[in-house]
Amino acid sequence: MSKKSFRTALNEAMRQEMERDARVIVMGEDIAGGMGAKGQQDAWGDVLGASKGLLGAFGRERVIDTPISESAFIGAAAGAAVAGLRPVAQLMFVDFFGVCGDQIINQMAKFRYMFGGKATTPVVVRTLYGAGSRAASQHSQCLYPVFTHIPGLKVVIPSSPYEAKGLMTQAIRDDDPVIFFEHKAMYDDLEEVPDEPYAIPFGKAKLVHSGSDATIVAVGRMVKFSVEAAAMLEAEQIHCDVIDLRTTSPMDTGAIVRSVRKTGRLVAVDEASPRCNIAADVAALVAQEAFSSLRAPVRMVAPPHTPVPFAPNLEDAYIPDAATIAHAVKDSVAFGAKAAIAR
Amino acid sequence: MQIEKEKLMRAYHDMCAIREFEERVHKEFATGQIPGFVHLYAGEEASAVGVCMQLEDGDHIASTHRGHGHAIAKGCDISAMMKEIFGRGNGLCKGKGGSMHIADIGKGMLGANGIVGGGPPLVCGAALAAKVMRSKAVAVAFFGDGAFNQGTTLESMNFASVYQLPVLFVLEDNGYAESTASTWSIGGHNPVRRAEGFGIPGVRIDGHDFFAVYRAAQEAVARLRAGGGPEFIHIEFTRYFGHFEGDQMTYRPPGEVREERNFLDCLKFLRARLISSGQVDALTLDRIEADVARLIDVAVAEARASAPPEKAELLTDVYKTYAGEPA
Repeated sequence: MSKKSFRTALNEAMRQEMERDARVIVMGEDIAGGMGAKGQQDAWGDVLGASKGLLGAFGRERVIDTPISESAFIGAAAGAAVAGLRPVAQLMFVDFFGVCGDQIINQMAKFRYMFGGKATTPVVVRTLYGAGSRAASQHSQCLYPVFTHIPGLKVVIPSSPYEAKGLMTQAIRDDDPVIFFEHKAMYDDLEEVPDEPYAIPFGKAKLVHSGSDATIVAVGRMVKFSVEAAAMLEAEQIHCDVIDLRTTSPMDTGAIVRSVRKTGRLVAVDEASPRCNIAADVAALVAQEAFSSLRAPVRMVAPPHTPVPFAPNLEDAYIPDAATIAHAVKDSVAFGAKAAIAR
Repeated sequence: MQIEKEKLMRAYHDMCAIREFEERVHKEFATGQIPGFVHLYAGEEASAVGVCMQLEDGDHIASTHRGHGHAIAKGCDISAMMKEIFGRGNGLCKGKGGSMHIADIGKGMLGANGIVGGGPPLVCGAALAAKVMRSKAVAVAFFGDGAFNQGTTLESMNFASVYQLPVLFVLEDNGYAESTASTWSIGGHNPVRRAEGFGIPGVRIDGHDFFAVYRAAQEAVARLRAGGGPEFIHIEFTRYFGHFEGDQMTYRPPGEVREERNFLDCLKFLRARLISSGQVDALTLDRIEADVARLIDVAVAEARASAPPEKAELLTDVYKTYAGEPA
């Protein structure tokens, strides 16, 4: 056990699963890098270096660089999965799903159902997401709500290096198609990560901070900011549950409802654009299942309904931060207080 | 090289089965018994059968929205297919796929496909799996003249070329992408040359001639099994029905289909060749036709008599596991 980065945690998960199971392959653009070029091989190890070293360990047959043809290789990953492999394909940035959406949404997601249960499609699509890298509108989106919407896909959004390793291990061992979201701005985050393999089950949320005044629900990088907000609020004697959903499909709805029944307040936090995002889904769930427990209107913290801007000051203003989350919690708590005074 | 008599009889049987299957689906559809929409393969039989006779169960194919012929040629159960098209619970896919999603993974049939150009990437994956697992299996992408202009198909041809995957690309050119003429929509007007642009050798074949398809496919698949890279066959033929059932085909000149049925029929050609060459006598072919007619009669009767899926089936088969369980 030692402190490892998000990048190293992912690398370890892929490497250990490739050692464990010869059917596991990794593929994608520059997944090793340097294919056909005269310079260094394994030049990139994917665009942010998470698959670095796999080429040396497993060779070109299992570490497959592809042309820039997302439709072809994401579809090939699905076909290879049906034919007996367990591919981990990297869709470099999730923004690029627009050029291979059919293979994800209409093909891999639906085989099992359309074919009456006869197809098993154990494929992982790793993909980078999220704002904060000055990467502008076409390399910064949080498109996980799109995939969460699609029956047949599982959607995983790890919030830390420990989570990344355990969830990636589970994703590779899982027999259904998994879309695995990696936040670019978290790649150098450090955390204690066990050396040995471990799998974190899907559909089981993690309570990362506990308190009885309000429930904060988040995924990915927003979990980190929510924990920071909860720490800030402790100083003001406001105590929060912070729930890391880990996976949005399946979603641990029970954990959300149980917490809101205890706290009576919900702040749903999401880095995805506000319409039809995960926060909206969580809010709808609570409105249906915990209405009588609510002591304040549900608050949602999300970016504005705009593309992600380039200029650093605009991008910083775009991304929800700990202060915004803390403010929403205080607002929620104050609503209860005001209502009590009014009575 | 002479094709054995048993194989010729099987070819005639399978082509008759596809023709009869489609003619009957056409009739049953008109009675309103079949839900949704269907796309019929009649007229194109020599392609599916001529190609699939080169394949084993371990070889994969991906089909198109016009997929019944490929499914039959790849060995899918005909009765279970008919039930599937009728939306029955005992259908090949439990009534959840229907005509456009008939599949049988165990037979190497990766599915008919509702998306034009959906199949070629999947086939590249099956071929990649064969390569990684060091098997001799090959994979065949059937796609139409419409799909030949889809990015997925062109990306797949390039992908297969750079990795020298054992993929046979079969362009089934029936002259019309829905209502649009392939002579207009395929830029350059020379599919074989387009394939050659990807470094994929190709041939153009008259799809009304079973023997021509059979030989081209046989040679291509042999090269693939010997470790060769992708191959391309451009098969030209005609479809006897509309793009979908109900298509009035006003984009086709009056009398075109009647003319084609009379003078461009791969089944009639095959029958005449088999008799004139003395390889199979007329009586035997008559008996095959009668067998096929009975087979399809039974399939339709069973499909009609079968029950729709149980309502609980709505919720099954979405995932292998969902919520919680560690793998």
